[in-house]
Amino acid sequence: MTEPVQATPTPIEALADKGPLEPPRSQWLDVWDQFRKHKGAMFGGGFLLFITLAVLLGPYLWQVDAQKLDIRNKDLRPIWNLLWDSGAKVAWNRPFGTDQLGRDQLAQIIQGGRTSMAVGWAAMVLSLIIGTTVGVLAGFVRKADGLLMRLTDLFLSLPILPLLLVAVTLFRQPLREAFGPEGGMFVLIVGIIAITSWMPTARIVRGDILALKEREFILAARSIGTTPFRIVQRHLLPNVLSPIMVSATLGLATAIITESALSFLGVGFPSDFPTWGKMLADAVQRMQQFPERVYLPGIAISLTVLSVNYLGDGLRDALDPRIRGR
Amino acid sequence: MLTFAVRRLVLAVPTLLFISFVIFMLLQLAPGDPMAQVPLTVPPEVKQKMREALGVGEPPLVQYWKWLVQVFWLEPKVFIDWLTNSSTLLGWLPDTQLYQGELRVISWQTRSPVMDIVIQRIPQTLWVVGMAYVVGILIALPIGIYSAYRQYSVFDQSGTFITMIGFSIPPFFTGPLLIVIFSVQLGWFPSIYDTTHVVNDWASFKYQLQQMILPVMVLALQTTAQISRYMRASMLDNLNQDYVRTARAKGLSEAVVVTVHVLRNSMIPVITVIALNVPSIFGGAIITENVFKVNGIGQLLITALFANDLPMVMTLTFIFAVLIVLFNLIADILYGLLDPRIRYD
Repeated sequence: MTEPVQATPTPIEALADKGPLEPPRSQWLDVWDQFRKHKGAMFGGGFLLFITLAVLLGPYLWQVDAQKLDIRNKDLRPIWNLLWDSGAKVAWNRPFGTDQLGRDQLAQIIQGGRTSMAVGWAAMVLSLIIGTTVGVLAGFVRKADGLLMRLTDLFLSLPILPLLLVAVTLFRQPLREAFGPEGGMFVLIVGIIAITSWMPTARIVRGDILALKEREFILAARSIGTTPFRIVQRHLLPNVLSPIMVSATLGLATAIITESALSFLGVGFPSDFPTWGKMLADAVQRMQQFPERVYLPGIAISLTVLSVNYLGDGLRDALDPRIRGR
Repeated sequence: MLTFAVRRLVLAVPTLLFISFVIFMLLQLAPGDPMAQVPLTVPPEVKQKMREALGVGEPPLVQYWKWLVQVFWLEPKVFIDWLTNSSTLLGWLPDTQLYQGELRVISWQTRSPVMDIVIQRIPQTLWVVGMAYVVGILIALPIGIYSAYRQYSVFDQSGTFITMIGFSIPPFFTGPLLIVIFSVQLGWFPSIYDTTHVVNDWASFKYQLQQMILPVMVLALQTTAQISRYMRASMLDNLNQDYVRTARAKGLSEAVVVTVHVLRNSMIPVITVIALNVPSIFGGAIITENVFKVNGIGQLLITALFANDLPMVMTLTFIFAVLIVLFNLIADILYGLLDPRIRYD
């Protein structure tokens, strides 16, 4: 009579499973780990987060009206001028100084940042939507491919900056009447930047979709009767997410620079509405006496764009499975 | 290759026609009136006649057709006349006299032919922006090559950082920044580019160099950033290839391996990028020209836009579009010529 075998025999010591030590890793955890290795990207992401929070929450912390004129306190220098020039005209309640009309510079920087970031994000999202739609349609629907790609080529051969200037000067008046001076300009600038910057995204997405739709998992999905719309939504879009994210960062950077360039050339927002580009343009006239008025918005634009570019660089590395894990 | 080039060239014609049509119709929507500056004492019927003299009274399609005729038929005639009449290159040919005084594309600002003004402005733009492009490429290539060869070295890291800065700082900030540093505080270079300056001796040549340095620096920073990134990436692609190992195994020196084997192969995509960016020499420097008051093409476009000078804006944007399409074609052909693996047929 042998003893009955236990239902779960105690395993030999050497063969014993140590158990799953770590929980299973998801793809995004891997991406995050790779992303964290890129110091520049971490720094860029952190700074972008900081500047976004600063312009979002800034008006609640620093409750000074950016557009309020205060002629008595005009041309105040920033507070740090005291370090080397004890006779500088400063005021502690105006830490960044004031401009030639006595408007508070710190409040203007915050307000201008709000505009610049809002334009940047909105234009980027809009151009991504256009670019992804065109790219997916061109890659997935064979009949539309030729036409849509010719359209993309056509847009790519348009001279962008001249056309931007033309369009802004042409449509400023009707849109102002429709949406008010600031709203009309916002719609116009966002729309124009988006319409002239979706082409690279469309090309990248189309290329990826063309390769992806020949793969077996799409065939499998189709064979169980998935509708084309669901195939795009469930199987194709998640797979082209990484190139879209990388071109999103690039799009944000170019949108911020383009908006500032338009303001700098004097075709942007109305003159009493601060944006970084407009502050810079207004200050250039008197930059010999008040260089800080050029530096402050200029540094704000440059640091934001620099951080976005570094973020994109890190994202590109982190989302590339060939580089990840090395 | 030839059939490909011809086919692309033929395809470029409808593209350009379509682009010109779109720009023209866009400009038709412009709210401005060329007679806005004329005094109110001028009677309306005279104003109407003046408008018609400028070609505004006709329906848009007729105007477009006339513009096409002017640009593609009359202007080449004027150009050929100029070539055979007063240029040194072909001046020995008999004077052709093709142009019989028909109406050319007239600027509403100056009431003179648009092409004459463009020809006047091109040398300044070519000197400053073209020089900046050449300087930028000359700096970018060695940086790209060396930072790929020593990947992740201190040189590479700092090079990456500087190119990132070059990408990120817009020219309307670097321009004023350099003016404050170099012309206001140090007083080395003038802040305004004097286009009337004539170079006729050593001192005036030195002044010309001095006034070119600042705008060239601003523009070259951007070119350098872009081209050196491409150069580095393309070198990195090639440095790990088998043929490089073979070359080293044969006992070739590192200098020969890098400059002859790797560099020549890596230059193929870089040259096409360089060709693709040439149109921006003519049109992309609008902001820099504005900052340094260079009266080139970009500045001409801006002033024309603000003055509502539609024929000028139309012709300039069309010239830019032609350049872009042309250099796209040149880049494709160069790619095919340089890389024997690429076959377009």
